[in-house]
Amino acid sequence: MERCILHVDCNCFYASVEMLHRPETREVPMAVGGSEERRHGIILAKNDLAKKCGISTAEPLWSARQKCPELLIIPPNFPLYLDFSRRVKKIFSDYTDQVESFGIDEAWLDVTGSIQLFGSGEHIAHEIRQRVKQELGITVSVGVSWNKVFAKLGSDLKKPDAVTMVTPENYQAVVCPLPVNALLYVGRSTEKKLGQLGIHTIGQLAQMSCEFLRGKFGKTGELLWSYANGLDTSPVAHQDERAPIKSIGNSTTTIRDITTPEEARLVFTVLAESVGTRLREQGLFCRTISISTRTVKLSRTEHQCTLSRPSNETRTILQTALALFTQGYSWNHPLRSLGIQLSGLTAASDPLQLDLFTDPADLLRQSQLDRTVDQVRKRFGKASVLRASILLDPALTGFDPKHQIQTIGFH
Amino acid sequence: MARKVYVTVNATFDPEGSIHPQYVIWENGTRFPIDQVFDVRPAASLRAGGAGIRYTCGIRGSVSYLFLEGTRWFVEAKNTG
Repeated sequence: MERCILHVDCNCFYASVEMLHRPETREVPMAVGGSEERRHGIILAKNDLAKKCGISTAEPLWSARQKCPELLIIPPNFPLYLDFSRRVKKIFSDYTDQVESFGIDEAWLDVTGSIQLFGSGEHIAHEIRQRVKQELGITVSVGVSWNKVFAKLGSDLKKPDAVTMVTPENYQAVVCPLPVNALLYVGRSTEKKLGQLGIHTIGQLAQMSCEFLRGKFGKTGELLWSYANGLDTSPVAHQDERAPIKSIGNSTTTIRDITTPEEARLVFTVLAESVGTRLREQGLFCRTISISTRTVKLSRTEHQCTLSRPSNETRTILQTALALFTQGYSWNHPLRSLGIQLSGLTAASDPLQLDLFTDPADLLRQSQLDRTVDQVRKRFGKASVLRASILLDPALTGFDPKHQIQTIGFH
Repeated sequence: MARKVYVTVNATFDPEGSIHPQYVIWENGTRFPIDQVFDVRPAASLRAGGAGIRYTCGIRGSVSYLFLEGTRWFVEAKNTG
């Protein structure tokens, strides 16, 4: 049986929520922008009037102001956006329990099983579109298709407040002429590589042989070919289903440039504590630790190493991160952003292979210490137990890596 | 555009968990009894800005919207400025 999948995308989500709450901002060019003081000064979302001035998402605020001096920039209110995201998804759950979020403002819905109850996919799409508008005062665009990739593609075609059908009958006319970058998973670099092969549209991609693309791009090539031909069969996850965690990471753009190893050590300390706590919360150990650095010139590097035995100790994470940093970074430029990522995750309940040179009593002590600190912080707040070094430079270490909206990937 | 005015509301909570607003106390302290609630539904207030549960109420012979936004009540007031 052919599936019926909806992809719902909230139009200019942050800006729409702000315009709902501040009616005066509907009449002027307005954008939601990060804090320039905390050096997150980019456009996060903008309204149509700002778009008409040529302002684009992720553009630095200074550049946006140059294009549109009267631009009204509003600081983001993430708790409000998360609340609205939850309320939109509550509407979705009236139609199906297969709702898979893709970030804060997008989701797929598999309504195959609900058609008998609520009417066709198109009908459900219009009903959701109208309900979100009436109940929450923001608009959505919906793509309806038989697979997730075309449904997502459809939701991008007509905006705002619209429904686009991509059916087996019309997909060749609707999808094939579109540029390849309209397809999920085709970023700038893949687009360039495909362009070099003379593939510019989704139709051209679909007509290539699967073997040829696999030869050029490996597994990704095969995937792209199946996407372009509407053969994506990936299911829409159930609402309460959580994809297994593959990695845990945190990064931060620091309040000022980092110019000394001591400053870097302080930032890594906060990051290591955060990722360590999250790792333990999930009942996991990690085998691979990587660090990422971004200089003021915006060049990004990554270094990683594999531990001899899996660990979830903050101490090990921090020491490894610092060792990687000391070996890998040569201070050609001051740093703007630092990150730690843990991967190769295993369950904490898995048996641990001990060796002759590690004192098991020390491992146990360290694990109890981490657990105790986690519990104290959980009960009495994050600031109830701090490393003394954190207090050396509160401006630099005063960020909260845990309270960020995380991005997610399709795979 | 309307003015968003947060107001004090006296309400009854019935055993099923439904809320029945009884009267609204305006900014200046005036009490407005709610004669009837015609409709209750989630809705956005595009005029005043916000979204919540909208109570369509009969107050002194006219129909007014009363919104419950989280734990606060607001009404859409005429813009007198």
